[in-house]
Amino acid sequence: MSPVFAGVLQLLALIGALALAYVPLGNYMARVYASDKHWRVEKWIYKGIGANPDTEMRWTAYLRGVLAFSAAGVLFLYLLQRLQGSLPGSPGFSSIEPAQAFDTAASFVTNTNWQSYAGEQAMGHVVQTAGLAVQNFVSAAVGIAVAVALVRGFARSRTGELGNFWADLVRGTVRVLVPVAAVAAVVLVACGAIQNFSGIHEVGQFMGGSQQWNGGAVASQEAIKELGTNGGGYFNANSAHPFENPTPFTNLFEIFLILVIPLALTRTFGVMVGSVKQGYAILATMVTIWVGFVALLMWTEFAHHGPALQAAGGAMEGKETRFGVGASALFGVSTTLTSTGAVDSFHSSFTGLGGGITMLGMMLGEIAPGGVGSGLYGMLIMAIIAVFIAGLMVGRTPEYLGKKIGSREIKLAACYILVTPALVLIFTAASVALPTPPNSMRGSGAHGFSEVLYAFTSASNNNGSAFAGLNANTDWYNTTTGLAMLFGRFVPMVFVLALAGSLAGQRPVPATAGTLRTEKPLFTGLLVGAILIITGLTYFPALALGPLAEGLA
Amino acid sequence: MNHSVTNTVRLFGAGLRALLMLTLVTGVIYPLLVTGVAQGLFHDKANGSEITAHGKVVGSSLIGQSYDLPLKKGQETPDPDLKWFQGRPANGLGSNSVNTQYKLLLSGATNLSADSKDLLRQVQDAKAAVVRNNSVPGYTVKPSQVPAEAVTSSGSGLDPDISPRYAKIQVHRVAERNGLSVGQVEKLVKDKTEGRTVGFIGEPRVNVLELNVALKDLVARR
Repeated sequence: MSPVFAGVLQLLALIGALALAYVPLGNYMARVYASDKHWRVEKWIYKGIGANPDTEMRWTAYLRGVLAFSAAGVLFLYLLQRLQGSLPGSPGFSSIEPAQAFDTAASFVTNTNWQSYAGEQAMGHVVQTAGLAVQNFVSAAVGIAVAVALVRGFARSRTGELGNFWADLVRGTVRVLVPVAAVAAVVLVACGAIQNFSGIHEVGQFMGGSQQWNGGAVASQEAIKELGTNGGGYFNANSAHPFENPTPFTNLFEIFLILVIPLALTRTFGVMVGSVKQGYAILATMVTIWVGFVALLMWTEFAHHGPALQAAGGAMEGKETRFGVGASALFGVSTTLTSTGAVDSFHSSFTGLGGGITMLGMMLGEIAPGGVGSGLYGMLIMAIIAVFIAGLMVGRTPEYLGKKIGSREIKLAACYILVTPALVLIFTAASVALPTPPNSMRGSGAHGFSEVLYAFTSASNNNGSAFAGLNANTDWYNTTTGLAMLFGRFVPMVFVLALAGSLAGQRPVPATAGTLRTEKPLFTGLLVGAILIITGLTYFPALALGPLAEGLA
Repeated sequence: MNHSVTNTVRLFGAGLRALLMLTLVTGVIYPLLVTGVAQGLFHDKANGSEITAHGKVVGSSLIGQSYDLPLKKGQETPDPDLKWFQGRPANGLGSNSVNTQYKLLLSGATNLSADSKDLLRQVQDAKAAVVRNNSVPGYTVKPSQVPAEAVTSSGSGLDPDISPRYAKIQVHRVAERNGLSVGQVEKLVKDKTEGRTVGFIGEPRVNVLELNVALKDLVARR
């Protein structure tokens, strides 16, 4: 069997597995967020928080909850790293410097998981397991909560109420993420991922002498790292490390975990707004773009353009033998189109065009299918933009899911789509214009520029993967990527929740013969087109200077 | 003003308490539960899939090693010990740069780009070495026979595997150096070759450490 054919079969198997999980998981999540019963453990947690989970919140109160919880997360994680040197259970590892501790705290709380440190040598058990892995859960739960709030905005009428943030946060963690992650972690261990607290120890070698490893709770972190579209690896090599991703099966399984919640949330959306067909239309948009990108990346990587790869006879630099080119391309697309940022192969060593495809994937705004929760709300914003464009063409007031898209709604949606491009382009321009930041580049010329562009694209879109040649552990990059991650996560959330509040307050407009049928393939086509055109217009000049210049040289 | 400050402090307190409660669930109970199950059901795997030969641990089947001769005086990089099967280059692998009381393996890739002159030189040098080292009297390796993974560094720097093609071109050399017949070594490679999982997942591979352990046994039995 040729490697290309095997790659295509892996893609088809993955689609089959995701299709099987789609309805049960999507329906389950819809029930979780609509339920009026509380589990006993949840009641204990609410008592600990001191919050009544049955109080309905308007969008401002919901937003305050998100921000207070996230601020507490940044502060706690920052202090944990700064105090690592004095904490028990960290094998004598020193505390993390302030700029890097800020960057890492911002990174994990924003669901980005950009890493300017190497896990196995810098972070001890306590920081990894009780700090970083915790944010893997809760930042994902926050993302889903905000998405659910927006969906409630569409589903509800003549009320400003969007649900209770604490209840959504706790349920997402306790009822969705923890059970699935626990099962997934055991599967990973069964295939060879490690899970121990043995710390640093010596292991004998074939030729004599010994090598030193750092053990840890790797499988439990790996499971939620993929499931919560986080991406921060226990080890420096992330999911290329054999202890995180030991076999070809675990590789495919991890891609499944990355995609399963973002895709199933479109079902949850459909159920909650009372039309699963609306969910299918959003799903079709996501899958169309994702499959298109997989095809493009497989093509560029199997073609292996570029002098060094031509000399080698294949694009295996930075890729593992057990995965090969096909499965690495599948992982690369899935991780960059979902705000995950875990890598099983190193994007900096992809072909010039292949690296550009992973970058373009992030530039779409992490919506196909996007991060857990953030993918759905990002895509719904794009749907509003698409409906608006269609409305302009026929001269009608646009509406979506029975809600009028008036000037307030379209302003909020437009603000949302301006935030991340502004962050990416301004920080990239500053980094190449100032005298010292370019010293961090490993490559020169077009590839060096790509390293910086990739860094800020990844940070602002909360992805977290890197063209890792860039030395990002400097005060400049730690500070600027930290800010890009925080602004890129929370400013759009403000617009999403404001929009949700505005929609929930409207009275529904009945559908007429003139209403655009948003559950039809025509709308999916319109939406795919709108996404590609808007992203293309925004980023083409920057892409032309980096990956296109390298790939076409 | 005072009122809003109080409210902000109260809200932040709720956020902090929520974080601590959820840390208990996801940062303490969850990892301990998974560790308990993992250690109970999959003890060897949870601790790193170590391989033992003649009562001695010789490494992990998942972590690639180097099979080099001791470093000679004036050398910066050791020569490969051609008695044994060789794994992939690992130019991105390092040792720890912080917490230097340890000598940890630091996983990593080169991150060099496809148009990098450094990478081109690394690949060309590696290819020349593979051709030179594996050509023995009566068997010449052609550059076109050398597979891509034999001359490139992996993502982790710890890739435990090589492709069956790379193992195949090492067979004649290994047989000659160990005084074995080509047929014996070929059989060894065949036994240790793992195909794609259920026929289509991943790529066919040969675990170098397991192969060398089996080779050592074969030589000892001879």
